[in-house]
Amino acid sequence: MSGTIAIKNGYVFDPLNEINGDKMDIFIRNGKVVTELSASEMKDAKEIDATGKTVMPGGVDSHSHVAGAKVNGGRMMRPEDHYKFYQKKTPITHSGCGYTVPSVYLGGYEYSKMGYTTVFEAAVPPMEARHTHEEMRSTPMLDMGGYLVLGNNWFLMRYFKEGNIEKAAAYVAWMLKTHKTYGIKCVNPAGVENWGWGENVGALDQANIHFEVTPEDIINGLAELNEMLGIPMPVHLHANNLGHPGCWEITRDSLKIPKNIRARPNTNVEWAETKMNPLRHESIYLTHCQFNAFGGTSWRDFESGVKGITDYVNAQDHIVMDSGCVPFGEATVMTGDGPAIHDLYVLTGHKWSNTDVECECGSGVLPFTYLKNNPVHSVQWAMGLEVLLYVKDAWKSIMTTDSPNGGPFIKYPQVIAWLMSNKARQDTFEECHKWAQDRSGLAAETREMTLNEIAIVTRANAARTIGMSHCKGTLAVGADGDVAIYDIDPKALEVSDYESIIRAFENAAYTIKDGQVVSQKGEIVAIPEKKTYYTDIAISADDEKNMLEDVRNWFKYYTIGFNNYPTPEKYLANPTPIRIDAEV
Amino acid sequence: MAVVTLKPTGNFDLTVEAEVITPDNFAGKSAQEIGQLLVWQGPKQYPLANYFEVKGDGADTTEETTITIDGDVSRVKRIGEGMTAGKVLVKGSTGMHAGAEMVGGEIIIEGDTDSWAGMEMKGGLLHIKGNTKDHLGSAYRGSWHGMTGGRIVVDGDAVNQVGGGMSGGEIVIGGSVKHFCGIRINGGLIVVKGDAFRTVGAEMTGGTIVVGGTIERFTPGFIQEDTESDIKFDDIECTGEYKKFTGDYAIPQKGKGTMYVSSVNNECL
Repeated sequence: MSGTIAIKNGYVFDPLNEINGDKMDIFIRNGKVVTELSASEMKDAKEIDATGKTVMPGGVDSHSHVAGAKVNGGRMMRPEDHYKFYQKKTPITHSGCGYTVPSVYLGGYEYSKMGYTTVFEAAVPPMEARHTHEEMRSTPMLDMGGYLVLGNNWFLMRYFKEGNIEKAAAYVAWMLKTHKTYGIKCVNPAGVENWGWGENVGALDQANIHFEVTPEDIINGLAELNEMLGIPMPVHLHANNLGHPGCWEITRDSLKIPKNIRARPNTNVEWAETKMNPLRHESIYLTHCQFNAFGGTSWRDFESGVKGITDYVNAQDHIVMDSGCVPFGEATVMTGDGPAIHDLYVLTGHKWSNTDVECECGSGVLPFTYLKNNPVHSVQWAMGLEVLLYVKDAWKSIMTTDSPNGGPFIKYPQVIAWLMSNKARQDTFEECHKWAQDRSGLAAETREMTLNEIAIVTRANAARTIGMSHCKGTLAVGADGDVAIYDIDPKALEVSDYESIIRAFENAAYTIKDGQVVSQKGEIVAIPEKKTYYTDIAISADDEKNMLEDVRNWFKYYTIGFNNYPTPEKYLANPTPIRIDAEV
Repeated sequence: MAVVTLKPTGNFDLTVEAEVITPDNFAGKSAQEIGQLLVWQGPKQYPLANYFEVKGDGADTTEETTITIDGDVSRVKRIGEGMTAGKVLVKGSTGMHAGAEMVGGEIIIEGDTDSWAGMEMKGGLLHIKGNTKDHLGSAYRGSWHGMTGGRIVVDGDAVNQVGGGMSGGEIVIGGSVKHFCGIRINGGLIVVKGDAFRTVGAEMTGGTIVVGGTIERFTPGFIQEDTESDIKFDDIECTGEYKKFTGDYAIPQKGKGTMYVSSVNNECL
């Protein structure tokens, strides 16, 4: 029977189900987790002996740049990223290449080898949604979805200026459905629009050119309509001033804005039977905190500003964030924050690109190398780990590298090792610039994450935060049969031997998707079906009609016709709408 | 010292990717074993003996292994790629990527080479007695990190992108070059005894370029600092009077590169 499997005697870490390393069996029937298999089902089921191994839900990446126009821009810009990092085709896999920006096939295989089964693309410009879906459709091994970039959208800025939050909500509902995207991404609110005029914004109360809305107006407006609509995930924020010394303060102040907005995810789905409440209660999801947490006033007195943010996060309950760790080495910086990329160009002189996405947003790409002997880079390495270690409750944080901005996702095992092993961190301090010790607090931090906490920050909380815990990030009954089995015996684990942690997380002993073994010890053994999630919000026909009049009226400013704007379902692999009945 | 002689016998209708031709790979192997080493030609792999008559065994060590290619191999690419020691002597011309990424040892090519000779070279000596084409000692496409060490000597001409992105080592060209000589270099030395057409040292942030002939179109972004005569870089001597420039100031990094240009051949500067 396909998709039916029994995983016996593993040490299971399923934080959403409050299972912390218990020795137990996991059963999957027809791709879904069940309590048990009958004797006749067991006869046909595949059986895996997980004795002495670690069993977790399949990995969930809630922020990674893996598909779309800017990712492809990175590929085109970087032939040097390809020619030494490649894989030959096998009878079932495509060939592929690319270290920091892999081809779609290779990207899917590499994630799967690490035990990941679900990845969400971090930024989909509406006009590039078709391109993004074409790439997601061609990315094997992973269930996917994407966040729509809306922080500098002309229609929304106009509605916010007019104070017309209802129309703004109707527009967002229509946009998510039209572009088959999952949630709201907000990049450098008000600033990217100013970049069209060679400017940026420097403060939360600074109104931008022409639209005269402030970053605060936009963050507040988006967070409010996000909960009005009941979108599964909180507003996903890339704060203003990113990458500038001293930016941590504006980040903390941005996080204060939606403090009093109550989270109201209204997902109409069947929920897996988790012990923990799987619903999010946060009204804001800050991304790649490290890049938003620079301290000091210049590159000379640059220091970590992480504590200023994590102190606030520890004291509040409305914030969740991902880290944006920097594991050293090659990276490709890509973001919807065009001015931030220009600043990096001025700093490094490297090749770069910038795009203005008409009435919607912008983007930029630049190759970057993080060096251990560079003072600023070494502090950034420490900061990414500070973000995760300083947040006391692991349910407020998610591990990412903002791949490929801080480094490619294939470095996750290295990051996990630093989180789990103080010796791994101390050994890296020996190799990198002394600023890492002098200008961050990481050297004094002795916390070592447990496997349970690693399961939280790499799958359970990523899924819970974005509202996917009804089927992902848990092994509760009813969840998708996505499992990662790692060659780690929790009873015999010595975290000082961190190389073994890296090896174990690099190549999962088994990656199981929908109850089928898809990758085994670094080898892809099956190409599973994949799903693409998007949010489908029902709003009243009248509201939609009124709002669409505005859209049609301003569509004269677009270079494409209105009829060619939407992304039809045929662009998606197994389109899976998450239905929401909005109370607008 | 053992000499392995490869005499080309044909079948070069498609170009051959022969990165196996290095003293490192030949050392410790008999002539017959060497003939069985595989090379790519188009989508398939064939033994080296399909293209060459192999005479002589490799020495026990790489250092003592010399490879002589007795004929024209202009349809054979990547000869001596990544070699660390020993010697390769080509009594004719080679295809692309000769001596690319070489780390040590010596390659002497009596004829010409195609593009990418000495690409991203780290050490050793590559001596081309004829002419070469583009990307000599430069970075791979898209990369900004070219040659880091060793020496390339070309008795004839090179064409475009000589030493692109180089950060160490020396390139000495007896003849002339065309466009973008020393683009984005941040270290090392490029000496062109003949002429250059345009964009010499564009976006350079370090290193030294010497042009003994005429630069047809001088790169904007350079400022003259001084005039020096008979300049010398260890064993490399450049006689005559040179105008000394620094740059390239046209980029945000405000380059700290140095460019010497023959005074007598560039009076208008």
